[in-house]
Amino acid sequence: MSQVCDYRKLDEILEKHRYDSASIIAILQETQEEYHYLPREAFDYYAQKLKMPIAKVFSIATFYENFSLEPKGKYVIKVCDGTACHVRKSIPVLERLRKELGLSEGKVTTDDQLFTVEIVSCLGACGLAPAITVNEKVIGLLTPDKAAEILAELKEGESHAKA
Amino acid sequence: MSSGIVMIDNIPVEINGEANLLALIRKAGIDLPTFCYYSELSVYGACRMCVVETKKGAIEAACSTPPQDGMEIFTNTPRLKRYRKMILELLLSNHCRDCTICEKNGQCKLQELAERFGISRVRFANTADQSPLDTSSLAIVRDKSKCILCGDCVRMCHEVQNVGAIDFISRGAKISVSTAFDEPIANSSCVGCGQCAAVCPTGAIIIRRNTDQVWEALSDPQTKVVFQIAPAVRVGLGGKMGQAQGENLMGKIVAALRRMGADEVFDTATGADFTVLEEANEFLGRLDSGEKLPLFTSCCPAWINYAEKNHPDLLSNISSCRSPMQMFSSMLKEQFKHSNRTVVVVAVMPCTAKKEEAARREFLDDTGQPYTDCVITTQELIAMIKESGLVFSELEPEAVDMPFGTMSGAGIIFGVTGGVTEAVLRRISVNKSNGALRSLAFTGVRGMAGVKETKLMYGDREVKIAIVSGLKNAEELILKIKSGESYYDFVEVMACPGGCVAGAGQPTVNNAAKQKRGQGLYDADRMSSIKRSEENPIMMSVYSGLLKGKVHHLLHVDYAASYKERQQSLQEKGCPK
Ligand code: SF4
Ligand code: SF4
Ligand code: SF4
Ligand code: FES
Ligand code: FES
Repeated sequence: MSQVCDYRKLDEILEKHRYDSASIIAILQETQEEYHYLPREAFDYYAQKLKMPIAKVFSIATFYENFSLEPKGKYVIKVCDGTACHVRKSIPVLERLRKELGLSEGKVTTDDQLFTVEIVSCLGACGLAPAITVNEKVIGLLTPDKAAEILAELKEGESHAKA
Repeated sequence: MSSGIVMIDNIPVEINGEANLLALIRKAGIDLPTFCYYSELSVYGACRMCVVETKKGAIEAACSTPPQDGMEIFTNTPRLKRYRKMILELLLSNHCRDCTICEKNGQCKLQELAERFGISRVRFANTADQSPLDTSSLAIVRDKSKCILCGDCVRMCHEVQNVGAIDFISRGAKISVSTAFDEPIANSSCVGCGQCAAVCPTGAIIIRRNTDQVWEALSDPQTKVVFQIAPAVRVGLGGKMGQAQGENLMGKIVAALRRMGADEVFDTATGADFTVLEEANEFLGRLDSGEKLPLFTSCCPAWINYAEKNHPDLLSNISSCRSPMQMFSSMLKEQFKHSNRTVVVVAVMPCTAKKEEAARREFLDDTGQPYTDCVITTQELIAMIKESGLVFSELEPEAVDMPFGTMSGAGIIFGVTGGVTEAVLRRISVNKSNGALRSLAFTGVRGMAGVKETKLMYGDREVKIAIVSGLKNAEELILKIKSGESYYDFVEVMACPGGCVAGAGQPTVNNAAKQKRGQGLYDADRMSSIKRSEENPIMMSVYSGLLKGKVHHLLHVDYAASYKERQQSLQEKGCPK
């Protein structure tokens, strides 16, 4: 299941990097920023435009864990399980988030493509442990209940946006 | 020019431009083990089998260390032995160990080195998991669980063939060599050249085997089995059959096939003679009209695949001649069409891509049966000879069958890079003297170089010719042609570096041996009483008989048109291009 890409967007990114295959990592990075993951069409398109084998583009994309080949939700929540967060009970936070959203280790994105929940190691905010990020914004000193509140607020905002 | 001395195991060895210690060590007569080094590929330095110890006790990979004057190294110390054993054990710890039922049995480098270093047990638990085979390609079969991640195939496919169908995917424990999105290789940009299999040290990429089909046909009394043997095959099996490397063993191969039950045996060089006449005609026509130049040769199916996938705009420049194998198969089917038995044409080829070519839609007869029913490689022929228990060295050479019993030297040299060009030049050169013929050999068409150029006067026109082998070389030439930087009238392209003598279906050998194979073909040409294709005495009778009114139908193909057709039907099915 991949959303059809807007090739103009991909062209823009390519343009910015002057169609230079040496910039492939930056190109993939910006693509991911745009779509929150790397859509399949982007691989075909970049391979063709940058005159690179598609297997090479795929190889680079799978080398860096930061790149995702699966579609991600509008809100990407990263739960830190670094040492500091772990000892200050990050796992219950994670479990609560997953429970509220019906997610698990194998299923990380909700069907409505709103939320993705991932585990990361040390966000560099150990003083605020346990910490999470929501689309790169750090929120610290969490409890499972606070985490549920954050979800509720985000969902609330969404239904207003729709109405 | 010596640029210093390296002491290797206490013996002084002169440096003469060797790029790395490994080359120097090999020059000193020591066969240092390697998994990831090939002189024609970039240095990867990952397997660490080629380690040496310096006087100071440091351990270095010889393949990625340049030699320096005054170095003192040791290649076989107790530490190195332990180190190599450890690597082999680690590799074996997540490798399937079913050697007896592996296609690569007896030819696997991992097996060979495990034997050489006396690995009798592995200290680590076996963590190999079985991944499903990728049997989607007609040319190669991939078994990821046998991969040791040396990267040889990746670099071959990318650096030499400019295809890049496979690469390292993921990292850490999940790393593997695969196609983009782990798709079946048949859906990738793979052109079937098989060169990845030729460098793969293990059974992780092997050539698809079709010998069962041949045995079945041979054992069926209702089937007439007709063989054709490609030029390169006769000089390809010497090393494996206890004969000299590059020796022309055609007569013995014919004898072996008859003993196995072949009904008719022919020489693909005869088919090549027809290719020469047709292609020379076509070339002269295009020179006259000035259209669709350069003319690209069409004998190599991996090149055709490459052009279809990367340069569809060039397809109409490619010669409409079927390859010698395909020309000959359709002629053989025509010749035996009234046989009361089923006729099966088996082509013995140096090539894996020919397996794909035989199955192409363009080469099916009216009933949907391929003109070439089955393609086996030189390696499969060797396997069949061994299986049948024939003592090859004792076979008396035999001649091929009538009515296609003659072939020219021009047809035979098709198997080496530059051969097709030389054969066509022999045909079109106006001066038919022996001196003129001999001097053609010195115009730059011969030799194993990946890119060759030559010029030649045809009437008052200067004809410019390029000969490339290895698809990366082809790509670079094409880019120059497209940009207008270079102009040629005739371009010969062979996918395998060195031409078919170095095809992936041949036993894998080093460059010196490839050269010997090429020389073997030139020797066969020299010994042949017929030098030019048009002098082959069967030409007249075949053109006025079997081929009458059927030249186009049996000998030609239009790759540009079939490409268009395929695109159209894809579009109708609603697939994006
Ligand atoms: S057969 Fe040739 S093109 Fe295909 S993967 Fe192997 S090296 Fe690449
Ligand atoms: S498939 Fe063969 S050549 Fe390729 S990395 Fe694996 S072992 Fe090496
Ligand atoms: S060069 Fe010869 S052996 Fe290699 S792919 Fe082409 S036809 Fe086959
Ligand atoms: S361990 Fe969680 S932010 Fe450092
Ligand atoms: S051959 Fe030197 S590291 Fe592999």
